[in-house]
Amino acid sequence: MSDVVMQIDGKEVKARDDMTVLQAARAAGIHIPTLCHHDKLEPFGACRMCMVEVETRGRKNYVVSCLYPVAMDLVVRTRSERVDKIRRVILEELLAHAPNSPELVALAREYSADRDRFDKDPSFCILCGLCVRYCAEVKQKNAVDFIERGARREISFIPEIAATECWDCQECFALCPTSYAQAAFFLTEALAFPGRRKASAKRMMTVKLPSMQRCDAQPTRLSNDRRCDCSKPAS
Amino acid sequence: MTRLHSATELEQLRAGILSSRNPAKPCIAVCAGAACHGLDSSRVANAFQTEVGKLGPDAGVEVRVTGCHGYCEKGPNVVVGPDEICYFEVSPEDVPEIVDRTLRGEVVERLVFAHPDTGEKAVHMGEVPFYKHQTRLLIGDNIRIDPMRVDDYLAVGGYAALAKALFQMTPDQVLDEVKKANLRGRGGGGFPAGRKWETAKNAPGKDKYVIVNAHEGEPGAFMDRALFTGNPHKVIEGLIIGAYAIGSHRGFIYTRHDSPQLIQHIEQALAQAEEYGLLGENILGSGFDFRVEVHYDVGIFVSGESSALMRSIEGLPPEPRPKYIRTSVAGIWDKPSNLNNVETWANVPQIVGRGADWYAGIGTAGSKGTKLVSLSGNVVNSGVVEVPMGTPLRKIVYDIGGGVAGGKAAKAVHFGGPMGGSIPVSLIDAPLDFDELAKLGAPIGAGGLLVMDEDTDMVDVARYFLEFLTNESCGKCVPCREGMRQTLKVLTNITKGKGREGDIAQLEDLNDVTGAACLCALGRTASDPLKSMLRYFKDEYETQIARGSEGKGSEATGSAAR
Repeated sequence: MSDVVMQIDGKEVKARDDMTVLQAARAAGIHIPTLCHHDKLEPFGACRMCMVEVETRGRKNYVVSCLYPVAMDLVVRTRSERVDKIRRVILEELLAHAPNSPELVALAREYSADRDRFDKDPSFCILCGLCVRYCAEVKQKNAVDFIERGARREISFIPEIAATECWDCQECFALCPTSYAQAAFFLTEALAFPGRRKASAKRMMTVKLPSMQRCDAQPTRLSNDRRCDCSKPAS
Repeated sequence: MTRLHSATELEQLRAGILSSRNPAKPCIAVCAGAACHGLDSSRVANAFQTEVGKLGPDAGVEVRVTGCHGYCEKGPNVVVGPDEICYFEVSPEDVPEIVDRTLRGEVVERLVFAHPDTGEKAVHMGEVPFYKHQTRLLIGDNIRIDPMRVDDYLAVGGYAALAKALFQMTPDQVLDEVKKANLRGRGGGGFPAGRKWETAKNAPGKDKYVIVNAHEGEPGAFMDRALFTGNPHKVIEGLIIGAYAIGSHRGFIYTRHDSPQLIQHIEQALAQAEEYGLLGENILGSGFDFRVEVHYDVGIFVSGESSALMRSIEGLPPEPRPKYIRTSVAGIWDKPSNLNNVETWANVPQIVGRGADWYAGIGTAGSKGTKLVSLSGNVVNSGVVEVPMGTPLRKIVYDIGGGVAGGKAAKAVHFGGPMGGSIPVSLIDAPLDFDELAKLGAPIGAGGLLVMDEDTDMVDVARYFLEFLTNESCGKCVPCREGMRQTLKVLTNITKGKGREGDIAQLEDLNDVTGAACLCALGRTASDPLKSMLRYFKDEYETQIARGSEGKGSEATGSAAR
């Protein structure tokens, strides 16, 4: 089983040869931050928060640990001045869009990211793709997808699918680091299929709030963010 | 057309084609390349056909509609063989006179090249300054070939290298020849093609693919289109030889959906090659099978990135693949896939035909052969240029390009489009060499050379390229999408006279992260133009920012000067 021996942050780590650096680090109890990663989903490599420094044959390289395969004698550093800088700038760029996301705020504290470095452009979505990929890979419904490209990229619920598939699911809402997924869904409902809310959904007049995996997000002093209430039962 | 079953039959066919042609008779080649086409060269071609038609077949005058001749600035271009008399800016009204004089063995003086300063005339191709300083190994045949006729390609020796590879060489020998020639990829990275082929060849698996990247989406790059549209068989021949060396039986051509002429020529070339048995099953009776499919892009720049291109061929959206595994090991459908661009493939027949030693004799220590360059910007002669590697940029810009347009001074030359870099005119003696130019911060890229005159605003140039990339990025990874968004904001503010103190540090910081953290080459090199600007033109950025932070916009300069 443990057929690769490598070094992460100076610690000798054993890993299976089909693992990624992120998996090996986590198995060894070493924390690497991620925003677009989810154990149930294919690695996406989009947020670039999990970048680490690797050294092979004396050559230093910066790679995303969620995709980089482990290798014998690989030397990995999960923190360095440069790694921290990359994470800090990425956080600052994302905070321009979602300044109150508890996950981002917590990470910003850790990496001394300035929430106000860039002018606010509150689209709320950070395009981590968790909703899109969860819907496609786990639920296999493709009710939400990316549209457009480059700086115009956004997520969009597909009304024809969302109108029938989303009422009894809504599992992506809990995955969303900014609550934008549910906002996008209800916006789609209001615009494309108003009044067609299923009876079962009408009973829960409030939206199901996170119950899956995001509840370990650090509490934040930003009281206006509903994500922090996740420990309270939904009424 | 009859199917050829051996190399001997190919040579017999070639001999037959040549014997039916009289090389001493005039042949009028009318350029139908993209630029000339835009200048209505089809009307010129029609006029020639009508005029020559009146003479009847006994006159022996041939009219040939060809691909790009290269001198786009002076289109529509007409070259009259066999002496290669060049006529420029030809209109349909000039046609009767050209035909009449040609028949009498005379030249239409008013349509030949006249030097803009001295008025000195140049009649033949070898005397025209634009052509004189070039070495046109790849593009030179364009004037002799109607891209819709495979016979024209056979007449200039086409497919002889394929026959040589199939019957006189083993796949390993072909590979060794390409490695020995040190052919480096012309698509941007300059990676040795032979090594890439070897990786694909040695990768496990029976099914392997070879691909022509004919996307060429870079603004200011038009040489691949000129070559592929004008001489499609040359690229296809290179591809077949490569497939033979690698052990691939299926190839793909990935090209633009929006170039109807190119598509028509590729499809015709594939069909004709197949009819002759130069493609398909049992090529020339050698036992080697190879088929080619054409795929079209979906109209976005990033689909020219290798892994995105392969996803597109699979039928998925063209997003670069984030995996750390080379496409030559796991590409299309995770099978070994060897991708080279048009110009790289086009080099293969001559390497096999004339030998690696001959090829390696051209160019510099690290960069062999010739390179096609799309010359544009503030230059007198824009067009497609082919020169040996190692040629000083000065020669390209001044001797071939005729210097800066409008009598102005040059300020910078920019290589590689929106992912390249600018170097100041003080470095213009630098050689056209992958490594030398990369060191200076202006990597050759695909070969788009942009000349910028003294009036060029270097902040605006960086802003322009970034705006292009912001729209063309797939938007998947944060440092590319967001890094460029923020960088563009800063640059736009500076150009509007709203620069702030600290902008340069801000730009450097953003650029550093974008260059290091992006998922694919588009993002990682998106920072290159700005990096080169901050290396060579920082004072210009500082001046513009200072104007902004004084809060007076452009007026500030005036008052400061007083």
